[in-house]
Amino acid sequence: MIRTRSVRTLAAAALALVAILPGIALAQVAIKAKTLHTMAGPPITDGVVIIQDGKITAVGPAATTPIPDGLRVLEAAIATPGLIDARCTIGVSGLLNQKQDQDQIERSAPIQPELRAIDAYNPLDPLVGYVRSFGITTINTGHAPGELISGQTALIKLRGTTVDEAVIMAVSGVAATLGPSAQRDSAPGTRAKMVSMLREQLIKARDYQKSLDKAAQPSAPGTDAKPAEPPARDLRLELLAQLLRGEIPLLISANRAQDIASVLRLKEEFGTLRLVLDSGSEAYLLTAELKAAGVPVILHPTMVRAFGEMENMSIETASKLRAAGIDVAIQGGFESYVPKARIVLFEAAIAAANGLSFEEALATITITPARILGVADRIGSLEVGKDGDIALYNGDPFEYTTHCIAVIISGEVMSEKPR
Amino acid sequence: MPIQSRFTAALLPVAMLALLAGLAPAQVAPVAVVGAHIIPITGPEIPRGVLIVHNGKIVAVGDESAVTIPADATRIDAVGKFIMPGLVDTHIHIGGVGGGDRSSTLAPEVRVLDSINVMDSGFRRAVAGGLTTVNIMPGSGHLMSGQTIYTKLRQPGGNPPKRIEDLFIKGDDGKPMWGLKMANGTNMLGEPPFSGTRGKSAALVRERFIKAQEYKAKIAAANGDPEKLPARDLGLEAMVEVLDGKRIVHHHTHRTDDIMTVLRLKKEFGFRVVLHHVSEAWKIADEIAAAKVPVSAIVIDSPGGKLEAADLVIETGGVLEKAGVNVAFHTDDWITDCRLFLRSAGLAVRAGMSRPGALRALTLAGAEMLDLQSRVGSLEAGKDADFIILSADPLSVYAKVEQTWVEGGKVFDRSLESDRLFSTGGFGAGRDQEPYMCCVQGTGFVFGGKQWGTAGQ
Repeated sequence: MIRTRSVRTLAAAALALVAILPGIALAQVAIKAKTLHTMAGPPITDGVVIIQDGKITAVGPAATTPIPDGLRVLEAAIATPGLIDARCTIGVSGLLNQKQDQDQIERSAPIQPELRAIDAYNPLDPLVGYVRSFGITTINTGHAPGELISGQTALIKLRGTTVDEAVIMAVSGVAATLGPSAQRDSAPGTRAKMVSMLREQLIKARDYQKSLDKAAQPSAPGTDAKPAEPPARDLRLELLAQLLRGEIPLLISANRAQDIASVLRLKEEFGTLRLVLDSGSEAYLLTAELKAAGVPVILHPTMVRAFGEMENMSIETASKLRAAGIDVAIQGGFESYVPKARIVLFEAAIAAANGLSFEEALATITITPARILGVADRIGSLEVGKDGDIALYNGDPFEYTTHCIAVIISGEVMSEKPR
Repeated sequence: MPIQSRFTAALLPVAMLALLAGLAPAQVAPVAVVGAHIIPITGPEIPRGVLIVHNGKIVAVGDESAVTIPADATRIDAVGKFIMPGLVDTHIHIGGVGGGDRSSTLAPEVRVLDSINVMDSGFRRAVAGGLTTVNIMPGSGHLMSGQTIYTKLRQPGGNPPKRIEDLFIKGDDGKPMWGLKMANGTNMLGEPPFSGTRGKSAALVRERFIKAQEYKAKIAAANGDPEKLPARDLGLEAMVEVLDGKRIVHHHTHRTDDIMTVLRLKKEFGFRVVLHHVSEAWKIADEIAAAKVPVSAIVIDSPGGKLEAADLVIETGGVLEKAGVNVAFHTDDWITDCRLFLRSAGLAVRAGMSRPGALRALTLAGAEMLDLQSRVGSLEAGKDADFIILSADPLSVYAKVEQTWVEGGKVFDRSLESDRLFSTGGFGAGRDQEPYMCCVQGTGFVFGGKQWGTAGQ
């Protein structure tokens, strides 16, 4: 991994900044659930989870998992890991849908990977607390589909007054789009132009990486030759170089089979890219190809409307992809109108009613998005050492008439009002 | 006419009928759906019941121990299933429906029946969702966007409908049954001839209602004399029906003050009205109850999307129910998907509505808001044989609509691959068309002639 000195300095400065901010409460609590879905093995009957200093310190059956004295205990019929929305625009595309609170897409240029979600996220948007009340604890939010490369996403916990308190990964992905929604009056005006522009940018990034590599090489010993000058800083090329190094996933929104095929073609040409297929309404037509290419899917919301490039969508797609052995997360997505924020719990519920088992459906909004986005070491399942993020329910979480009775993030009880 | 020939003239049709009856093919046998959990809506739920339908009507419904099944009945074994009336959607935009255009914000002369494509895939999605009676509406981009049409999602002779007339519901006067769509708030604000403010909106509406009152008075004064009758005015004719209480106003409205404006206008002109969507009705439930005006509410997964829906909540059904308001739900397809209409009841119960109230809001309450309560909306002897067979409890996310029946004919059967496609979606289920969904164009959001949010295709 090659980094320029200036990038290292920036990273150090960012860390220093985080250190002086007021800390989020890293709290303690114990959970007792009649059925505990850990997403790290079979569900545990009469399960207990202990959270201390914000982390899970014990998980297991009540009989073998004693609860330390003085710890507050919350009980529920069912407990699951805090739910994860693998791709949405909550906090960036605001509730009011006015010009002033819509930051999910910027139209001045088709390729802007340097636009950061953390520079746009509003933790105080009412939709943040609203979706959290159903058990969602982490969102992968930021720029929406609709431009060739619209910008970045960030992984953010649903807590805190500032994004700096809430963020767990400032650059969780770069968002790209293939298909008619990324068409512009000028370039790119066609699908072919879209792909050629992307390829050109990635090739430019390859060259940029070569210059970085050269500059990092020490000069030959015993000569007067100076080391090569590093290239001038270019935010855009830096990001694209990170994509090429596979450090950040490239989330490509594509729906038609032809556009999904283009995604696979790009993967063939730029094998070091960490590609994720976003949306994928016709992905069920290319399961073997997606599986062979090792491309995971952040699937469109199950209840997305079936018109335009979504016209061939199916509410059974998640089950078809899972049957083919493909990693599937289900997203809340972006809505230009209503519902302004989809609830991934409800979207996964419809998938659970249409071919996915309960555990598989729960995985699409817990451990699988965590794995796809590279944060499975912290969230997505209830295991010792992971963050104390838990959702409590008074019945089957997928049933309409069940309530979410408590939401816990890093051990702190965020809400206890049944929702 | 001399008495003798009048008598003959009267006898002739009777004789012909008798002749026809003799020549008529054997009557279709009754259908008995046996063993299901039946939800009649009017009356307690029946854990194991029998529903008998014949000649398009419900003949009997009750506990299996209490209902005699005719010997010649075709039996459908429905043990383990749930049966309820076909769903009534008071607000839907399927069929590529169009209403008024940009030439005027008041278009009461425009009839949506002149615009609807009955072969649109939306009709197949609707029956897949268990809908049997729907009020197809124009949009909310006008103060008066046009005349709605009440339809049955029937298949005449077992064949898909070919024209909108195939779906008409005829009133006692032989005319199709229909309403008038009105709207206030922000969706219809724009440059002239559209109103720019709420005050202007109400003024334009009042002026038109006053014209309608004058037109009505002129007709009355003419006393049937064709020389004295005013020239026909299609829009004013429809509005006179509104003034006479024959045509119901279906009024889109969200904010508390906009709701109160509708009630104020109702008080002034005396029209019958159903309040639609009503994002903020929960804040003035008592006022709505006092006005004795029914509400057709929309259930959406989250608030926001526009200012007047910023305080939309799923608790609306329960709050209004407790205040004594008559509550129905609607899909506003494609704002919410008509395949998923049952969701509205499940979410409403989650948020505090009673089970019977929520199930009624999918059926009989909507029927009442269309003046169709004597014909549909509950499983009672004498009513139309419109019903749905579900695989599980209607409030369960796992429930599938297995069959949908309209007037004793099956119009949807999930076991048929061609029907199932419209339930689940899949290749070929959609069509590349512009659906009506106020106020989305592509990925942008347009109302009041302005572009908000994202732009682009």
